[in-house]
Amino acid sequence: MNSQPPFCGRFFCVLSRWRLTMLPLGLIGVVAGLGLVVGCGLRSSGGADRELVLTGSSTVAPLMSEIGKRFEQTQPGTRVDVQSGGSSRGVADARRGLADIGMVSRALKPDEQDLIAITIARDGIAMIVHRDNPIASLSDEQIVGIYRGSIENWKEVGGNDAPITVVHKAEGRSTLELFVKHFGLENRDIVPDVVIGDNEQGVKTVAGSVDAIGYVSIGTAEYDAAAGVPIRLLPLGGVTASIENVQNGSFPLSRPLNLVFPRASSSLPEGASVPVGIAGELIQFARSAAMHSTIKEQYFVPVAP
Amino acid sequence: MFPSRRDFLLTWGLRGCGVLTASVVLMILGFLLRESLPTISRVGIDRFLGDATWHPSSGAEGGQFNLVPMIVATLLTTAGAVLVAAPVGIAAAIFSHYYAPRWLGVVFAKIIELLAGIPSVVYGLWGLTVLVPLIAQWQPPGPSLLAAVIVLSMMIVPTIGLFASAAFQSLPIEHLHAAAALGLSRPRFILSVALPASRSGLFTAIILGTGRAIGETMAVLMVAGNVVQTPDSLFQPVRTITANIALEMAYAMGDHRGALFVCGLLLMGMVIVLVAAADRLGRGGARA
Amino acid sequence: MPDSNSPEARSKDGLDLSGLSARPQFGAASALTTIPGLLLATAVWSVAAIVSGLFLWIIADIVVQGLPSLSWTFLTESPRNAGREGGIAPIIVSTLLVLGVAIVAAVPLGVGTAVLLAEVTQTENWFARLVRRSLDVLAGVPSIVFGLFGNAFFCITLGLGFSILSGGLTLACMVLPILIRATEEGIRAVPREYRSGAAALGISRTMTLWRLVLPAAVPGIVVGLVLGIGRALAETAALIFTSGYVDRMPGSLFDSGRVLSVHIFDLSMNVAGGDQQAYGAALILILMLLVINIIVSYVGQRYLRHTASTS
Repeated sequence: MNSQPPFCGRFFCVLSRWRLTMLPLGLIGVVAGLGLVVGCGLRSSGGADRELVLTGSSTVAPLMSEIGKRFEQTQPGTRVDVQSGGSSRGVADARRGLADIGMVSRALKPDEQDLIAITIARDGIAMIVHRDNPIASLSDEQIVGIYRGSIENWKEVGGNDAPITVVHKAEGRSTLELFVKHFGLENRDIVPDVVIGDNEQGVKTVAGSVDAIGYVSIGTAEYDAAAGVPIRLLPLGGVTASIENVQNGSFPLSRPLNLVFPRASSSLPEGASVPVGIAGELIQFARSAAMHSTIKEQYFVPVAP
Repeated sequence: MFPSRRDFLLTWGLRGCGVLTASVVLMILGFLLRESLPTISRVGIDRFLGDATWHPSSGAEGGQFNLVPMIVATLLTTAGAVLVAAPVGIAAAIFSHYYAPRWLGVVFAKIIELLAGIPSVVYGLWGLTVLVPLIAQWQPPGPSLLAAVIVLSMMIVPTIGLFASAAFQSLPIEHLHAAAALGLSRPRFILSVALPASRSGLFTAIILGTGRAIGETMAVLMVAGNVVQTPDSLFQPVRTITANIALEMAYAMGDHRGALFVCGLLLMGMVIVLVAAADRLGRGGARA
Repeated sequence: MPDSNSPEARSKDGLDLSGLSARPQFGAASALTTIPGLLLATAVWSVAAIVSGLFLWIIADIVVQGLPSLSWTFLTESPRNAGREGGIAPIIVSTLLVLGVAIVAAVPLGVGTAVLLAEVTQTENWFARLVRRSLDVLAGVPSIVFGLFGNAFFCITLGLGFSILSGGLTLACMVLPILIRATEEGIRAVPREYRSGAAALGISRTMTLWRLVLPAAVPGIVVGLVLGIGRALAETAALIFTSGYVDRMPGSLFDSGRVLSVHIFDLSMNVAGGDQQAYGAALILILMLLVINIIVSYVGQRYLRHTASTS
């Protein structure tokens, strides 16, 4: 050890070259930190009543995120924060007041009548197969057979001699519940080969396997098929699967995308069906004609106001 | 022995740190217990082991809550991943320290560091769009135990490799000098000196890698197939406990949600058992 | 004659600075003339080749699909059309902020606990074993459980709501085991002579720690930081529930902010047509990681060189 005493009993007694380098970095860090803390002070003094929090379905979240941004532009000084977490979170948070509005990608269940749902868009569900699969269409009975496991090979329905890879959704998902209800199936009767979560996972799974069949949101499937992903939509009950057909009502399998809020909410006056205040304004805004193009951009179907 | 008051403060400050760290685990355990106890009392523990299969959304009465296939799947994927990744990670560390020329070793170490930071989503995406179709061509359906093991081992090789690398780096240089003086060849040095001497570091590496493998959610969700069944071949789809929680939590209500928290509790139980077992094993070996 | 492990020796022939051990001069019994030697060499080189090959495969995939999205506007604009267009500037900022909070929370606590485990308590002390085992358990908790816990504790119980602070603190919990273990191994590697020499000089334990042991353990801390930051950047499930989904530029630490990994997940799994932007964001994330790694290693080496030159 050389002659300079490194331990002099005080921590910063030596101003060394290293410390001269570190000091500015440290100062920048402190200043940045202070800036953020001050910023938070500014934020919380801002308008707490012009803020909205929405949580819920990850299907509706991108749509409401875009609608929220446009709403903020028309009404300066407002903030619309959209979080995801699933339809059940949307219901739970709306009930507990943790969110102003819940996003739910299905109709309300019988035990959820303490909430009011307002539909802002519709979404269809299409069966998809790989583009190289020669099957042109399947009847309802054939689909039921495939999903129940009684039909196991494509050649039984007029396709190639190959085992069918059945792609199914995870329990509790609204797409699944609609699917089983439409075909009169019970979830426990279904024998899947692959279980998926989100729509895009379903698309990618089917696109990766020539012998797969699955069901996803129509808008997602239509966009991807048009963009060159190797999938094809199958018609259902003789009706071509397309967003147009969901809009004109001819496509048999569709679901509502809802915004929900508690019936006993203090911002809901007697006899009204939409809350007053900023939450109500957002809901009206979402259903307005101006938002139809936004809804279509997200590959959903707008509803008539 | 506290020669100064500063030391006294330091020791107690550090003990406070330790308490804080340990309390995080306890808080997580407490949280899981709180959310899952109502469901456990309504459904009963034996049903979690004995029911026909997993269909929890029909409620406590009509639902099925068998967790065994998922426990098996978690154990198989983790064991498979660690069996593959531990030798690979340690070999990678040996390569960068003792075989590669200096510049190559540095580059290789940087590669491993980058691999550690790739998000699980990206690994999952790559698995879903590249690996799974490959496996599907070989043996349908594609998403399978094999895909999960491959992707998981790719994800934990960096953890094990970097820790092993740090362990080799901290070997006292006297060992190398002594080996050179004795005329030991490189493989002899590695097998008889480097590996045994860095045993504790390698052990840490494997434990942390195992922890990461057990807790991995996203990537496994995308490539394992997620069918609740006990697999009898590598090519069958499986659902791990973590994938189960991630898949269904977003849409689960009431007892279904509680059942998913039971899954989380079960997983923590498994980790605690594994860690205790490793503790037993480790205490038998040399603590460097 | 300086101890060969002392900082002078290390810095002089440049051993420690690259993070690799000394280039050993192995015995004349060459590795390749014996069968075990040949096997080991083949195994090790092929492992290196396979790992590099896989890395290149994944990186090539990301680069090829993501490079078209990269542009100055990508780095400076906000997302439009649910992320399919526009840029990721607010997302990059949120990611850096969450990372910053996590590091600031984890490093003092982590280094403190590591020092506790390595220095202050005896190895077989029941308290040290308890802490060490709880760390191992913490390392195995799934990311989604962290997300749910973080949401319940930081967002709801502590009242922070969906915010960068909640996300950063949750991440700190996840990163702690890695950081502590790496630092502990680094501290253990410091030779006993340092401590006995200091004790012989009558230096207090605090000073020994602060001026001798910790600086010498910096390589371990660096490894822990690098791995920890890597893990933190790669985290998705934990952050969806804590720092949230909002893709606006955050105004403060209490605002919700979407991090890069959540954005990548949303674009590739939730939004139709978001694949290209997802790969672009993944490319940015890897570049960010590379830059942070280089900075952390550089600072670590500078610190090492500094302590080597003044002691």
